[in-house]
Amino acid sequence: MNKIDIRNFNLYYGNFQALINVNLSIEKRMVTALIGPSGCGKSTLLRSLNRMNDLIEGVKVSGEVKIDDRNIYENGLDLIQLRKKVGMVFQRPNPFPLSIFDNIAYGPRLHGISKKIRLQAEVEHALERVHLWDDLKDRLNRYALNLSLEQQQRLCIARLLAVTPDVVLMDEPCSALDPVSTAKVEELIYELKKHYTIVIVTHNMQQAARVSDKTGVMLLGELIEYGETADIFTKPADKRTEDYITGRFG
Amino acid sequence: MKISPQAKEKIAFLVLGIATCLVLIPVFVIIFILMEKGAQAISWEFLTAKPRMGMRAGGIFPAIVGTVYLVLGTVTAALPLGLFAAIYLVEYAKGNWLTRMVEVAIVNLAGVPSVVYGLFGMGLFVIFMKLGTSILAGSLTLAIMILPVIITASREALSTVPQSFREVSRALGVSKWQTIWHVVLPNAISGILTGTILGVSRAAGETAPILFTAAAFYLPKLPQSIFDQCMALPYHLYVLSTQVPNVNPKIQYGTALVLVGLVFFTNLVAIIIRARFRARKQW
Ligand SMILES: Nc1ncnc2c1ncn2[C@@H]1O[C@H](COP(=O)(O)OP(=O)(O)OP(=O)(O)O)[C@@H](O)[C@H]1O
Ligand SMILES: [Mg+2]
Repeated sequence: MNKIDIRNFNLYYGNFQALINVNLSIEKRMVTALIGPSGCGKSTLLRSLNRMNDLIEGVKVSGEVKIDDRNIYENGLDLIQLRKKVGMVFQRPNPFPLSIFDNIAYGPRLHGISKKIRLQAEVEHALERVHLWDDLKDRLNRYALNLSLEQQQRLCIARLLAVTPDVVLMDEPCSALDPVSTAKVEELIYELKKHYTIVIVTHNMQQAARVSDKTGVMLLGELIEYGETADIFTKPADKRTEDYITGRFG
Repeated sequence: MKISPQAKEKIAFLVLGIATCLVLIPVFVIIFILMEKGAQAISWEFLTAKPRMGMRAGGIFPAIVGTVYLVLGTVTAALPLGLFAAIYLVEYAKGNWLTRMVEVAIVNLAGVPSVVYGLFGMGLFVIFMKLGTSILAGSLTLAIMILPVIITASREALSTVPQSFREVSRALGVSKWQTIWHVVLPNAISGILTGTILGVSRAAGETAPILFTAAAFYLPKLPQSIFDQCMALPYHLYVLSTQVPNVNPKIQYGTALVLVGLVFFTNLVAIIIRARFRARKQW
């Protein structure tokens, strides 16, 4: 079943068209990777799925993005509900300069949970999902920015999971991490798809091959190919995909 | 004659060093003179008693109280106004003509001489709004005078909060205002407070803005409400120095010492706040 349906979607930054007639169906509880050379619009497409592009001045869109059969660009849509449902992990780990606990409790608190016991339960649950609970349970009051980068990125994922999204968008989540940490976070991504629909942007083709079920290849604002990850990497249909994968550009 | 680079370096170093020392000299000379001539005047009585004998004896308690009231009134009025203006400018305003007008206004406001603020305050608050010569009118006048300082410092503080904090918060489904309140402000608070305190310490030392709006020559009673006049340290000093004949210079210097001490103390608080927050901040 499709969780997300993108139909004839165009996006403009002022006069510059960054996404050109994108059509893409993203399946529930799968990992979908978006790859493509720098500046082709991967982040833009990702940010269109939780309407983070709305924060940028001069952005115009046309077409539809349906999530659970509802067009998220329709008038009067509740952006707060949308962003609770479709969460995002950023390129650089970016915990707030707060304690570990307060970082994860941030979302739930602002969405109205104030009981200490419930917050504790949420924090524990979220940290367990990212396998930080055992390491950190005795020092939840420590300053989050003193954690290692990998732990910080996991913490950011946990902070997101604490607002109970269904869809998790990840924009090059491992690009600030070393190879060992990257491998561990990839493992985590693979696990998380049991519960979440994941869309991940990556520059790293091996990573796309390792973690994703489906892959979309983008070039200059267009989605040029989309299919099973295994097929994309072994028998691409589009000549340009082949060129990109074999490293002829990008 | 050719001067070797090393010699040039030494000369430059010397010149810079001398310039730096020259900056320090007035500060130390002022403190030294005030201490030397005023320290003997400082006593428990001086700080806690009312002036006696046509202000030639007794203490300066009402003036200290008046200045404290004025300062508190000024912060209460200026901080919210300045902070909200800064939030608007940093977080909401688009780069249009209105924003640019506001920016120009702030810069110009900072350059207006303080006596002009005094006249403006008298016209607007004392006469037009019928607040009379009062703590309220004086505080409002001082507040307007220090608004540019508060707005500029707050803007600076708000814009140094990393954009990524705002993005993450919004991506978690938190509204813009909540994001400002729960993420941006807590991370900007040290800069905002520092700016506010520096502004306030300037307000504490100004005579001209309160001259026509709040300050009284001599009052037998302490002010009872914000609609009363008050005595104030800078004005009292002015009065002692120019309006009252045969005042013991000890009292004049003592008053100046208390005023400068108060200003230094507030600045010290600002420095401590900044240092403490900076130690915590790591982004
Ligand atoms: N805020 C913006 N205003 C104007 N143009 C933008 C903006 N953000 C991105 N663009 C342009 O849109 C195009 C797509 O950018 P996007 O960030 O989506 O690319 P990307 O595929 O994520 O690249 P990268 O791999 O470098 O992250 C680029 O040409 C970029 O210059
Ligand atoms: Mg990108």
